[in-house]
Amino acid sequence: MTKMSGAEAILACLKEEGVDVMFGLPGGVLLPLYDAIYSSDIRHILVRHEQGAAHAADGYARATGKVGVCLATSGPGATNLVTGIATAYMDSVPMVAMTGQVATSLIGRDAFQEADITGITMPVTKHSYLLRSAKEIPKAFREAFYIARSGRPGPVLIDLPRDITVEEIEFSYPEIHLPGYQPSVKVHQMQIKKAAKALVEAERPVIYAGGGIRYAEAHLELFELAVRLNAPVTTTLMGVGCFPEENPLSLGMLGMHGTKYANYAMQEADIILAVGARFDDRVTGSIATFAPKAKIIHIDIDPAEIGKNVRVDIPVVGDAKNALSEMLKHVSPRPRTAWNDKVDYWKKEFPLRYVMSEEVIKPQFVVEKICELSPDAIIVTEVGQNQMWAAQFFTHKDPRRFISSGGLGTMGYGLPAAIGAKVGRPDCEVVDIAGDGSIQMNIQELATAVLNDIPVKVAILNNGVLGMVRQWQELFFCERYSHTTLGSCPDFVKLAEAYGALGLRATKPSEVEDVIKEGLASDKPTVMDFVVHSKEMVSPMVPAGASLEEIMQLEG
Amino acid sequence: MRHTIAVIVENTPGALTRISGMFSRRSFNIDSLTVGATDHPDYSRMTICVHGDEEVLEQVIKQLSKLINVIRVSLLEPNESVERELALIKVNADKDSRSEIMQLVSVFRAKIIDVAPRSMVIEVTGDEQKVDAMVRLLRQFGIKEMARTGRVSMVRGTKVVKV
Repeated sequence: MTKMSGAEAILACLKEEGVDVMFGLPGGVLLPLYDAIYSSDIRHILVRHEQGAAHAADGYARATGKVGVCLATSGPGATNLVTGIATAYMDSVPMVAMTGQVATSLIGRDAFQEADITGITMPVTKHSYLLRSAKEIPKAFREAFYIARSGRPGPVLIDLPRDITVEEIEFSYPEIHLPGYQPSVKVHQMQIKKAAKALVEAERPVIYAGGGIRYAEAHLELFELAVRLNAPVTTTLMGVGCFPEENPLSLGMLGMHGTKYANYAMQEADIILAVGARFDDRVTGSIATFAPKAKIIHIDIDPAEIGKNVRVDIPVVGDAKNALSEMLKHVSPRPRTAWNDKVDYWKKEFPLRYVMSEEVIKPQFVVEKICELSPDAIIVTEVGQNQMWAAQFFTHKDPRRFISSGGLGTMGYGLPAAIGAKVGRPDCEVVDIAGDGSIQMNIQELATAVLNDIPVKVAILNNGVLGMVRQWQELFFCERYSHTTLGSCPDFVKLAEAYGALGLRATKPSEVEDVIKEGLASDKPTVMDFVVHSKEMVSPMVPAGASLEEIMQLEG
Repeated sequence: MRHTIAVIVENTPGALTRISGMFSRRSFNIDSLTVGATDHPDYSRMTICVHGDEEVLEQVIKQLSKLINVIRVSLLEPNESVERELALIKVNADKDSRSEIMQLVSVFRAKIIDVAPRSMVIEVTGDEQKVDAMVRLLRQFGIKEMARTGRVSMVRGTKVVKV
C-alpha cells in the first residue's frame, strides 16, 4: 500500500489496466489530474474538441481490440463527449470515458460548468460511476475496464469530482466482485448440436456475420465453418472484413446498400446462421417479409439481442469464437449444391457496378484506386455515401481494418477515429474515406494529427452536397433539394496547408492515381480532395421499409 | 397482459434511475413500481408491474438482467404468488355518512386510521381488485385524496427470490 492523491491513484489504475494512451482536453476541475498526467509516462494526446477525444479512443479500440480511453472536463467538456460515447455504445466498442465534475460539496447546486453527465449518458453507456470519495477510485476503475471489455463490450463512464482527485488514499488494486454482472461466455452444448444439425441438413444455408465476429476474434472459425459447409457469407457493415471478400463464398455486405446477391440469398435461404449481428432495420428491410423461408440460428453474447427484432428458431447465447469452434466439432463437410450455383449466378448477373466516366471523377473509382494502391490499409469512414462506397468498392479482408460508425451513423467520426487507429497501429496505413459534409464536423482534429505527428490520410469524396440526404430527396422527395447543397467552400487544399498538413487535389479521373500515390507516399497528415460527380448515388438500394428482394439498381 | 416481476438490485445511487430510464428508453409500459429494503443491507427489492405480450415481457426481463446493478430478476406467476397493495384514502365523512363508511370499512377488513369532523383516512390492504372495489364504493362520499403503493408480491411456498 502506498499513499497517493486521487489523481495519482487514477493514473496508477490506468497503468494496472495497461493503458498506454489517452485522448483528452483539460479544464478547471481537471487541473489536479492533469498535473499528475504531466509527470506520468502514459501518453496523452491533446485534441481540439472533446468529441474528437471520444472518437479517437473509439478508433483506437476498434483498431487494436484494447479499451480506448478519453478524458474531458466537467460541464461542456463532458457533454461534448456524449456523441462519441453514444457512437461507441451503438457499435459495442470497449471504452472508458473519464469526466471531471465539480467538487462533491457543489454537486446539485448548478455550479459553474456543472452537468449531470452520469444522468445524461445513462441510456448510452454500459455502466457509469459518479465517485464520491477517492477511496472509491481503485474499485471503480477496476470494474469499469472489466465491464467495458468483457461480454458485449461498451463504453463505461467515470465521473470524477475535483475534490476526490486531491484527497489522499492508501492505494491498492482490488479484486472484482460484481454479483450482478456475469457475461455468458460458455455456450449450451445442446443448442450447438441442434444448430450444427440444422446447418448440415440445410439446402440453402447463408451465414450472416456481424461485428461480434470482430470483437470475439472469431474470423478464423467463421472462415473454417463457411468453407466446410460451402455456405455463402454476408456481413453487416460492422462485420465488413470478418470474411475475406475475395473468397468465392463471400456475398459482401447485405441490407439497404448491400449487394443484390446478398439480399436475394437472405430471402431465399432455408437456414440463416446469424453470428454477432443484431438484425438492425438497415439490414432486414421490412421485418414482416424478411427471410420468409428461413429458420434462424442466432449466436450472440448478449441474450437481450436474441428475439429482439426477429423470431429466432435456435438461440445460442455465448461468445462467437466459443460457439463457432464448438459447432465445428459437429459439422461435417457439405458439398457444393445447386444453391451455390444459384448464388454464383446472382453474383455474376448482379455485381456491384457504376458507370465510369472519362470527364468527371466517380467516387467509386477513387475507392477502387485506394484499394488497388493500398490494399492493406485500415479504412476508416465518415458517414453517408462515402461510407457506403468505402464498404462496397474496397475489397475488405481483415476484421480490424474497416472502422465505421454503423449504429449511430455519426458524421464527423472518421478523422478523429482515424487518428486513434493510427496511434494504435502506427505500422499500418490509415485512410479516412470522407465526404465534404462529414469531414467538416471534426476538421479541427487535423491540428491534433499534425502536431502529434500522426500521419493519417484523408480522402474527401467532395461532391459539394450532403449526398445521402440529397439522394433520398432525389428519389423520394421529388428532387426538392432542401438544404443539402454545401457549395464549394472551403478550399480543402488551402485548409490542409493552413493546418500544416499536405493538401492535394484531383479534378479529373486521370489525376486520381497520382494524387493517391503522392498522398500515400507522404509522411505527413494528408488531405486528398477528390472533386467528384455530385449526382452520383449509392446503388443498389432497398427503399426504407421495403423488402430485401425489392433492391433496385440506380444508374448515375 | 399484465406481469409482475421481482427485481433484487444493489443499493447504489442511480440504480432506480437506471431501471426507470431503461423502461422509458425502450418504450416499455410500467403500471407500477415499488422499492423497499430487503433483509440484506446492500440490496433492495423492487416489484414492477408491466404491460405487454410475451415478447415484450422477454425483452423486459433480459434488458433488466443486463443492468450491472441488477442482481436477480424473477417473473412472479399470478397463480403461484401472493400480492398486496396498500392504499390510504381520505374521504368526506360527516355525522350522517360516518357510520355507513364504517360499515364498508369493516366489510373490507380495512381500518380507519384518522378521524376529523368532516373526513376520515382509511387504510385498505389487499390485492388490486379489492383496493379498486373499496375505492369505487367510497367514491359516492367524495374522495378528497388518495395514496396507493403499487403492488408487492411474493412466491407462495418455500421457493424464494433472493440474492
